This record gives sequence, structure tokens and C-alpha cells, in this order.
Amino acid sequence: MSIKINHLKHVYNAGTIFEKTALYDINITIQTGEFIGLIGHTGSGKSTLIQHLNGTISPTEGEILLDDENIHKDKAKLREVRQRIGLAFQYPEHQLFEMTVYKDVAFGPSNMKLSEQEIDKRVREALQTVGLSESVYEKSPFELSGGQKRRVAIAGVLAMNPEVLILDEPTAGLDPKGRDEILYAIKKLHEKRGITIILVSHSMEDVAKLADRLIVMEKGRVAMTGTPKEVFARVEELEKIGLAAPQISYVLAELKQKGYDLPNDIYTVEEAVKALYTLLKGEEKL
Amino acid sequence: MIRDITIGQYYPVNSPIHRMDARVKLIITFLFIVTLFTVNTFLGYLFVVLCMAAVIKTSKVPLKFMLKGIKGIFIIIAFTAFINVFMTRGENILFEWGIFTVTTEGILIAIKMCIRLVLLVIGSSILTLTTTPIQLTDAIEYILRPFKKIGVPAHEIAMMMTIALRFIPTLLDETDKIMKAQQARGADFDSGNLLQRAKSLIPILVPLFISAFRRADELAMAMEARCYHGDENKTRMNVMVLKQSDYKAIVILVAYCIALIVLRFATTRYFII
Repeated sequence: MSIKINHLKHVYNAGTIFEKTALYDINITIQTGEFIGLIGHTGSGKSTLIQHLNGTISPTEGEILLDDENIHKDKAKLREVRQRIGLAFQYPEHQLFEMTVYKDVAFGPSNMKLSEQEIDKRVREALQTVGLSESVYEKSPFELSGGQKRRVAIAGVLAMNPEVLILDEPTAGLDPKGRDEILYAIKKLHEKRGITIILVSHSMEDVAKLADRLIVMEKGRVAMTGTPKEVFARVEELEKIGLAAPQISYVLAELKQKGYDLPNDIYTVEEAVKALYTLLKGEEKL
Repeated sequence: MIRDITIGQYYPVNSPIHRMDARVKLIITFLFIVTLFTVNTFLGYLFVVLCMAAVIKTSKVPLKFMLKGIKGIFIIIAFTAFINVFMTRGENILFEWGIFTVTTEGILIAIKMCIRLVLLVIGSSILTLTTTPIQLTDAIEYILRPFKKIGVPAHEIAMMMTIALRFIPTLLDETDKIMKAQQARGADFDSGNLLQRAKSLIPILVPLFISAFRRADELAMAMEARCYHGDENKTRMNVMVLKQSDYKAIVILVAYCIALIVLRFATTRYFII
């Protein structure tokens, strides 16, 4: 399923003194199975953009095509669109409300009026995917740790079996362990189920590691798109708009300046480890 | 949708009304509301409307914002009109059906009542649109100060109001966010019968309450961390001082009140409706 965004413009509070244009003329196409990293400074329009994708806000101008069909053409179909494009907001654990973890995850599928067996299947699957064991199913979501709560909330969206999953800073405010657990679950989802993922993030490390393609937003416009390597190669431009390349690339740049022979395009720790290892092994031989 | 509520919605422009001392504005609004009940003729209302138009013009706030508040009390206005039209006894009976009688007097009273309600709402909207909530509660605290001697916790009341007002937009944003998030999970708020609709509010209300409690907790902690201990020996960042323009406003207010009294006596004497 492809998503096509054509000349999207969004103005908040149009016609009042509080008027603010959040997006100007956005054109993006997202293919099935892609893993997109959406990066940009606070207030660059990332959140506004992703809320358009599942129709929670409507464009001031332009259109969003889902398989060549405008999602706002038929209001009755919006619910179907929201089911196909799952959106987990920032701090999704703030939306938990049920008595038990199981019931909260079941909220989405039961709104789809599925059979009880189907709901049960989906809830279990979703909770397994995010790596929560059966021992927490009957616990209150409010008893869990921050990372667990967030995984319950993401499972709530997953249980609707979306074809596209949009996550707005899923790791914000979590400890390193919680962060790794969430990112691992997302990676697994993309690899095993082939779900299209759009990950909004402030962490260059995370998107460098996970995304196939990056979209960089600045002041309501798309500033760059390309593979992580292509985007991070333009580090000066990134720094100008308040972003940066992953930290490891700065470490390698310093090493290169000191005269070590290292490749230019390394943006993840894993790659860096490999490159340094080869370098050291080479030196040993000499 | 949620944004249509004007209470606490300050409209940020620079106008003589915005610059006025909040205490003066508060007293003027209070007196405006009280004196509005002495007006009982169309001529009187015309005078009030003209004065109000002048104030709105000076405030530079678009009329659209002033009128927004009326939408909220539309039902009350309609109900008042209904009761007055059908329940007022009078001599010129136009129409009769069971306990319902429509009289010329009834219609006139209904119209006057509606004008009065609309003016009341607009009058208080002028205050809230031109005064920041913080200025307003500071003014309330100042005005309540004399009552401290009889045990009115003026500072605490003002602080509670400040906090409550401060959190209205925050909680509105929060509600908006929660609604969107639950919609993303297929929640449906506007179909089904009354019971189903009431039930569909649970996924909004539970997270909203939890977040309100969390915020309250955090705020209390932050206040304590900054050594807040109530009113004692507290100094102010913004000390309220009356300016020349405020004295002018007070003079205009007195003139307005006198005009209303004169109008009232004149109209009763010459039987103007």
C-alpha cells in the first residue's frame, strides 16, 4: 500500500490572530514495506504531518492518497483508513484507560467489531510482538514501568493489524533499556511482518540504525530526503537546521584527522566497530 | 471545536483597554453588570449598546471574538425567551392555548431579557478578552484583601483561580490529543444512542483525569521546590499602580452610571417603553 502526499498545506487557527502555517507544500511518496525515519527540529511540522496521514486532521490544501484514493473523499471510510494506518502518538501511555493490559489492547480490535476469538488472537499477537509476557496481561496498565506502559500502548495500535505503523518519538523519556526494547520490537515488526514504518525521532543514532530512507523537515518544508548515508553526508546542512549526524561519525572524523585511514560513510556504532577492527588487525600484521 | 470556548481566552493586542489596570476593569465590569439590571427600556438598552460598541472599538478585539461567548449560552437565551413569551400575564392577549398565553407584554419582556443576557455575556467577555488571567486573579486578590480579616483566604483563592485558569488550555490540548489517539484506535464519539455515547467518553475521561492528577502533583512539587509558602512576606513581580488613564476610566464609569439613573427616571416619567 503506497501513501502519496500531494501539495499538502496546513494552517492552524486560520483567519485568527493565532494563525500559524505548520506545513507548506509537502510532496512525499511512501512505498509499501519502507522504513522511513522522519527527523526535524521541534516545531518543524513532523507531528502535524503524521497526523494528516491517518486523517486525524484534515489538510488546508492538497491531498493524501492512499492507494490512489483521497482519504478524505469518503468520511465513512476514515475509520478504515485509521485502522490501516496505525498511529501511536507521543507518550502513548498517557492514553491507557482500561482495568487490565489485555482489555486496553483489545480496545482497538473490539471497535472494529471483530469476533471474540479474532480479538483474543490479535491481542496476544500484539503483546507478544512488543515482548510482554503473559504475566502482565491481567495487571493494571498503571502498575507497569514506563517502558512496559509504552509497549502496551503501542500494542494497542498494533492489535488493529495496520499495514503502516507511524510512531511519534516512541523512545522519548525512556531509559536506555526501555528504549532498546521498543526499538527492537519495531525492527522485528518491520522485518517479520513487512509493515511499513514511519519513525519520528530526535535520535540520529536510532534512525541511522533502522531506517531505509530519511525525510528531514525544516520549518514546515521537506529539507532533504535520501538514505541515511546520503543525508548524513550533508552534515553541514543538517547542523544549520539544528540537527546533527550520529555521534559516532564525529568520533571517526576526529580519528581520521589524526591520520587513521577510515572510510567516510560510517554512521552506526556496529559499522564503526567493524571498520576499527579491520584497521587494528591491519596494523598488527605490519 | 473545543477551542470555541472563550473563557480565559486572552486576545493579545495592544489597546487602551488592554493597558488598563485589571482592578479598575474588574470593578467596571461588576458595576456594568449590576447597573444593567436597572435598565428597563429600549432607549436605555440603545444607550448601553452604544457605550459598549465604543468600548469594543477601543479594545481592538474583533467583534467575532466578542460574540463567540453567546454561542455557549444560546440555549439559556432561547429558554428565557420561551418562558417569558408564554408565561407572562398581560392585557393584550394575542394568542391563547391551555396554560400558554402570548401577550404583547410577554413578547416585549422576552426581547428585553434576551438583550440583557447578550449584553451580560459580551460585557464579561470584554473583560476576559482584554485581561490576562494572571492580571485578573491578581486583581481579585487585591479586591478581596479587606475580607481577609474575617477569614477569607484571599491569596489562596486567587492562587487556585490562577492555577485553574492556567490549566484550561493545557487540559483542552490534552483532551484533543487523547481524542485523536483514541480515534486512531477506532473509537467513535458521535454515533450510537445516549448510553453508548456516554460510554464512549470513558476512554477520554480516564486518561484526562490521570493526567490532571499527575500535573497537579508535579506542580505542587515544583512550587514547594521554589519555597512557595502562601501569602506571608510574598513580594510581587508586577505591582499594580493606577495610571492617569485608569482615573479617566473611573470618571467615564461614574458618568455612565449617572446617565443610566437619569435615563431610568426620565423614561418612567414619560412612559417610554
